Amino acid sequence: MAGERHRRHCGGGDVDRRRDPAVGVKTLVRKPPADERRLDVLGRMPRLRRVVMSRSFQPVSMLLLLAPFALAIVAGLLGTSAGNRNFGIVFVWIVWWAVLMVLMVPGFGRIWCTICPIPAPGEWIQRRGIIGGGGKLRTLGLRWPRRLRNMWIQNVGFLILALFSMIILTRPTVSAGVILGLAGVAVSMSLLFENRVFCKYVCPIGGFIGLYSMAAPIELRVRDTQVCVDHRSKDCITGNERGYGCPWMVYPGKLDRNLDCGFCTECLKTCTMDNVVINLRRPGADLAKPGGGKQIDEAYKALIMLACSIIYPAVLFGPWATVRGWASVESLWGWAIYATAFLSATLLFVPGVFWLTVFAAQRRSATGVTIRQAYREYAHSLIPLGLAAWMAFSVGFALTNGSYALAAVSDPLGWGWNLFGTSETGWTPYLSGTAPAIQAAILVGGLLFSIRTTLRVGFRHDPSGTTATRAAVPVVAFLLASTLALLWLYLG
Amino acid sequence: MQTSKRPVIARRSVLLLLVLAALLVPVPAFHAPQTHRISIDASQFEYSPGRLTVNRGDTLQVTLTASDVVHGFFLDGYEIDARVEPGISQQFTVSADRSGKFNYRCSVSCGPLHPFMIGELVVGPNEPLWRASAIAVIAAAAMLIGAGTRRSA
Repeated sequence: MAGERHRRHCGGGDVDRRRDPAVGVKTLVRKPPADERRLDVLGRMPRLRRVVMSRSFQPVSMLLLLAPFALAIVAGLLGTSAGNRNFGIVFVWIVWWAVLMVLMVPGFGRIWCTICPIPAPGEWIQRRGIIGGGGKLRTLGLRWPRRLRNMWIQNVGFLILALFSMIILTRPTVSAGVILGLAGVAVSMSLLFENRVFCKYVCPIGGFIGLYSMAAPIELRVRDTQVCVDHRSKDCITGNERGYGCPWMVYPGKLDRNLDCGFCTECLKTCTMDNVVINLRRPGADLAKPGGGKQIDEAYKALIMLACSIIYPAVLFGPWATVRGWASVESLWGWAIYATAFLSATLLFVPGVFWLTVFAAQRRSATGVTIRQAYREYAHSLIPLGLAAWMAFSVGFALTNGSYALAAVSDPLGWGWNLFGTSETGWTPYLSGTAPAIQAAILVGGLLFSIRTTLRVGFRHDPSGTTATRAAVPVVAFLLASTLALLWLYLG
Repeated sequence: MQTSKRPVIARRSVLLLLVLAALLVPVPAFHAPQTHRISIDASQFEYSPGRLTVNRGDTLQVTLTASDVVHGFFLDGYEIDARVEPGISQQFTVSADRSGKFNYRCSVSCGPLHPFMIGELVVGPNEPLWRASAIAVIAAAAMLIGAGTRRSA
């Protein structure tokens, strides 16, 4: 009983052990390093635990979000072509995007994947129901090819969306088509493959959410890995009457990064050993882990996202109207120039400069780490800065254009309705004078977080620390140059 | 084994002082105030010119025209909002008393790319940019130096 209480309070960690009555008021147990401290959220919040453990938690959340997304599709197809008056554009690319990038991902990691309605219809078809638990999945049962079990499809998908982003962001029909297309692919893949193959290997949004969720201060893990090893039935994989086997095809006993977990909470329900917990932790605890970034695709994801976070504000908010015209496919030649420059920057230039950076770092250190391994691991240091860059971008866009939401919610199709009396609300930019300062603060915070990650990687490569700081200098210079470029775009 | 916290506190104090210096040291303006007569043309989906550079203390007498449809002109930070129709120009004055970059953007829905119809007014010396850059450089250097000395201690 005392052990159970201890687990609830401590989430399996040693953070409060000194105060635990089961152990004693004062013991000789040392406080663990900050990176290893955990706080069991659901243990501390029993009401929230009841909600999360309920079988209806995820389906109801998805259903609640399915309604506005369905309206966004209808508005996109049938509503006004004026993007800033159309619910589809305003809801998805201003409201949803800002909430996702400014609140959800940095604060709650993969919480969006918990409630995302896009794969919901496919999942319900697989399960032959919306709420019921633990049955057999109905699919053709195809196996996802081994060589595609990585992030490359997500990388390519994101780049395609990014290349056409000016059109997607401004044309309601195109925007609706993209959402419908993603939902269609998700449903099709649910019919062919078991579980969330679409979310794990294909969804271009899930790819970067997973990457950036590693910087979040929340995680789903097991309390004690030995309990999982000793537990023969492995209900978290096979499922039981309380829930399904992990839809993300992860064995929770070996889960050590947010990237691999879709936060669907099925394992919380199926675990008969009460061994799965949701922890609060130090932000970025997944970054700089040994073996992190097992494949080069993950490093490329971080590089692509950082490159796009610099290109986007330059193209969308910069004074270069010609480039904006190219990006919005006003002429095929213009778009070809833009696409060539965009792909060269994201796939060649930025990764190439980063390779030179890591090469320089390796030359300055005396470790046995290969350049390939160093490249993959130092790429994790780009994650906090990349996330900060997207936050800065999204904050600026939302503050400037957020007021369109008031009119769009009252008149979602732009047909002259006035459901909530706000359809005549004019455009009002919020905090227009202070937004750059907010963006600068976010970027500098991201830089510091990234430098900390770089140093952790360096000191792990060289535990003696004699050359770690010297090795970190080129990577820090890369991060600083990226930050200064972003500061110039927003403030210069 | 207890290590002294004094060096850490001293390092953090120095860093804090440097950041405060970057935030508070005034950037002098060496230019005498001038009055600029500027014509800005708004068309789908750009302003011409797209970037203006003046010095703090200058005055801008702006003549705004629209060459295709109705456009707006909202200057971030200065909260100036004007509306212009084709063939009817608008005049207004901006006292550039705050340094930094301020976007001007269309405030009247004018087509698909309307939210991205943006220009820039840079009022120099651009203190916010220099201060933010200085803080970034100081903080990066401090973290590197701090990590190096901590390990070598």
